[in-house]
Amino acid sequence: MPNSEFVYVTYIRTTPEKLWQALTQPEFTRQIWLDTVQESEWKPGAPWRIAKPDGASADSGEVLEIDPPRRLVLCWKNHLFPEMEAEGFSSMSYQLEQQGDMVKLTLTHVMERSESKFIQAVSNGWPIILASVKSLLETGEALAATRRWPEGM
Amino acid sequence: MAADADTVFKALAAPARRLLLDRLRTRNGQTLGDLCIGLAISRQAVTKHLKLLEQASLVVPLRRGREKLHYLNPVPIHQIAERWIGKYEQGRLRALGELKHKLEEETHAEL
Repeated sequence: MPNSEFVYVTYIRTTPEKLWQALTQPEFTRQIWLDTVQESEWKPGAPWRIAKPDGASADSGEVLEIDPPRRLVLCWKNHLFPEMEAEGFSSMSYQLEQQGDMVKLTLTHVMERSESKFIQAVSNGWPIILASVKSLLETGEALAATRRWPEGM
Repeated sequence: MAADADTVFKALAAPARRLLLDRLRTRNGQTLGDLCIGLAISRQAVTKHLKLLEQASLVVPLRRGREKLHYLNPVPIHQIAERWIGKYEQGRLRALGELKHKLEEETHAEL
């Protein structure tokens, strides 16, 4: 059975260290990731979760691989939508590579099933979050659309 | 490589390359061999087309074990949309699109 996969490559004028911080640290994720924070001890095997502004988990999983500021692999399950939660764990990876004055960010998000509803959903979600990361790091300002948790979700 | 708009438009300006993108959209993560199946052009030609798509960042090759798989990258097209179809215009375009549908339906009903 073919997997469902999402791949995204973007180039950001920044350093791997700053990009790593922006993707993991609360003061940045609140701006680029719908006012959420990520909780983890950031070491292999450590639990990981995305906490909504009300404290509930939007997603959770575990750190599978971590090599700051170059590589992060998480297993990742959604809790917002029952049909996506039922799909179980996906695997998400960030790869950060310095290229001149830019960092190449490669994100992959895979679910081992065809036509995954969750991968379909993140395929719409990741571009806006990663566009906001790029805006934040290059201009100092995140996109307005990613600063608030959507009402009713 | 961060692709400029010229590279992206040039890459999109060929039916064969748009067809390759369509095929990756249907099934993401294909080998060169997969992509050649059923195409009327040579393997070498597909390789060349893929190279141009990669230079434009529209396609990303990733190693999976011994295989090189090709993936659609939504970034360049997203950037084009952001540049020329801003957030507000998007709403207006949708409204116009709906209006067009509605008017066409009404015309259709009268006939």
